[in-house]
Amino acid sequence: MADFDFNIDDSVDITDVVCPTTFVKAKIALEELDEGQILAVKMNDGEPVQNVPRSIKEEGHQILKLINNEDGTFTLIVKKVGE
Amino acid sequence: MTVDYSTLKKGGFMRQKQKNNFSLRLRVVGGNLTAVQLAKIAEVAEKFGDGHVHLTSRQSVEIPFIKLDDIDNVKSALAEGNVEPGVCGPRVRTITACQGEAICPSGCIDTYSLAKELDDRYFARELPHKFKFGITGCQNNCLKAEENDVGIKGGIKVNWRESDCIKCGVCEKACRSGAIDITDGVITVDESKCNFCGRCVKACPTEAWDTVHGYIVSFGGLFGNSISKGEAVIPFIEDKEKLLEICDAAIEFFAENANAGERFKFTIDRVGKDKFTQKILEVYNG
Repeated sequence: MADFDFNIDDSVDITDVVCPTTFVKAKIALEELDEGQILAVKMNDGEPVQNVPRSIKEEGHQILKLINNEDGTFTLIVKKVGE
Repeated sequence: MTVDYSTLKKGGFMRQKQKNNFSLRLRVVGGNLTAVQLAKIAEVAEKFGDGHVHLTSRQSVEIPFIKLDDIDNVKSALAEGNVEPGVCGPRVRTITACQGEAICPSGCIDTYSLAKELDDRYFARELPHKFKFGITGCQNNCLKAEENDVGIKGGIKVNWRESDCIKCGVCEKACRSGAIDITDGVITVDESKCNFCGRCVKACPTEAWDTVHGYIVSFGGLFGNSISKGEAVIPFIEDKEKLLEICDAAIEFFAENANAGERFKFTIDRVGKDKFTQKILEVYNG
């Protein structure tokens, strides 16, 4: 994974599921965290990376960065907002 | 007794196969009905129809099996619940709309307000043939704008606002038309590729975009005996007043030039697409 300045509290891989389970899996992982903790979500290029960041934003969480892993996957860094 | 079917049709009463039975089309705007209206429709269908209604392909409701002798009673009963008959025949038809930005996260314009405005302005206006408006809130096009004589689609024109941008990279991937490029922390939007879908704005964690919500308008769509996709003349109309002026001009062009029973597309084709385009551009630039 590329270098960045975030302290990741937990990570989830959603490359093994398809829409809409991609978002659901990320949402469940976020629910496990406390407010302010940071989650790394690994997702596939294409539909997941087009849609999952927006869905997470619409849930009220704070997106910090989208990292291109240069292997057909991306990692989204999300800070949990709210309980 | 002679029955004036064209007057009945004008008032939304559609002749059925079954003699002296009519399917009454109701006036619905943008696909919305209140609970009060629905309750009254149910009551009338029970009392004067056969207890069922039909949802039409263009967001209206029809109450079938209304008897000729009951027509006036049906109209006054419906009026108690704020329900009016709709129209059929050669005139402006039901203005259809998706839920739009008031309800739908994808919506770029307030489709229902616009539908009401168009309904107030044009509903039932007499024309050489049927004339349909459809309003869809975004590029997802749930309401199939281009199958209408005039189709209106919401869009968002974007301008990157660097001061709020955290350079996360989400917008570049959210864009489905490859219009966004991020190089060395600078975002550029290729205007020739942007289709005003607004996904960059909606996905952006900090909404680091200046936006103008507007309209993409297509003309001459049909989806009946002939099928044709409406086409835009102007890529993006920012101002609602301008949009209404353009709709006025399109209807005027149709009223002035169409033969009886000729749909808008065929009028445009026969009179000349260049002439129609010129008229619309005059209004747009005027």
